[in-house]
Amino acid sequence: MTRADAVARVAAALPRDTLAVACNGMIGRELYTRADAPTRFYMIGSMGLAASIGLGLALVQPSRAVAVFDGDGNVLMNLGTIASVAAAGPGNFHHVVFDNAAHGSTGYQRTISDRVPLEAVARGAGYRRCVRVATDAELDQALISWFDAPGPSMLLVAVDRGNVPGIGRVELSPTEITTRFRAACTSS
Amino acid sequence: MGRQFLDLLERHGYDFFTGVPCSSFEGVTRLLDDEPRYGYVSAVREDSAIGLAAGAYLGGRQPVVLMQNSGLGVSVNAIVSLNQIYDIPALIVVSWRGRDGRDAPEHLVMGRVTEPFLQLLEMPFQVFDPASIETQLASLTATMRRTRRPVALVVPKGILDR
Repeated sequence: MTRADAVARVAAALPRDTLAVACNGMIGRELYTRADAPTRFYMIGSMGLAASIGLGLALVQPSRAVAVFDGDGNVLMNLGTIASVAAAGPGNFHHVVFDNAAHGSTGYQRTISDRVPLEAVARGAGYRRCVRVATDAELDQALISWFDAPGPSMLLVAVDRGNVPGIGRVELSPTEITTRFRAACTSS
Repeated sequence: MGRQFLDLLERHGYDFFTGVPCSSFEGVTRLLDDEPRYGYVSAVREDSAIGLAAGAYLGGRQPVVLMQNSGLGVSVNAIVSLNQIYDIPALIVVSWRGRDGRDAPEHLVMGRVTEPFLQLLEMPFQVFDPASIETQLASLTATMRRTRRPVALVVPKGILDR
């Protein structure tokens, strides 16, 4: 399955009002291109921090679901944050990791997630639910009520290498993203 | 001084606390750890604490991040490629280990460059002075809110230790 399609399927399964944080690189661009909304925060730098941002958000917005669209390279860069998430244990935190075992934005250099299963790391740390899926059918099955059940959860989606055509850059400036997202967080 | 300092932070609207401990503000961290109302999140790394604080800000809070000055080094990319380009403010309370060359060897270089390092990062800062901390914090907070960028309060040894 392509990562862009997997991103779009996950986005379509988010309950209304879910707050989503997308890591830097292609994943955020794919989410923006396929399913932009004011409730999305797109990172363009600070690689490794998507889960930290999502955790801070989940702790102060306990009544709303928070989904972190993350990549294997990002998770590995700040692996300790998995422990922070598990220790804090917010039920509204959902970690969705699109895993191609590569740094897709820099030329597909391999990562080490082919040898270190990240959903097993999350399970060992204490996430409540951790599932790995690798096909469209498995993903669709997992997404049924995934975000309604309590977290912290990790849904690891094994995706193909490669970028699909037609994915643009995020056209909002970083400050526009902040202003729009913060308003979406605090207005309802 | 720890209790008074936390009360002062709260009076200025700070309502989310995270960080990594330093012996220079041990007393403050103990209070944050012991009293659940602060919701203090003990972070695993200083850049992760910056990220946590950013998430809390996006969710409507006014965050404080506590760290040793060694953690400034860990935090550089978070500060410059998250906070400073997204206009995400935070008060960074950073200890000043290695000041005046009197400390353990691992603190000496960062202690020597702490001030120019903050200047290089274009981060407004003040060095904690117990006699004028109320004015200092009011000024830093006003700058932080106006610019929507991080500001730093640098804490020498002997002020918040207990």
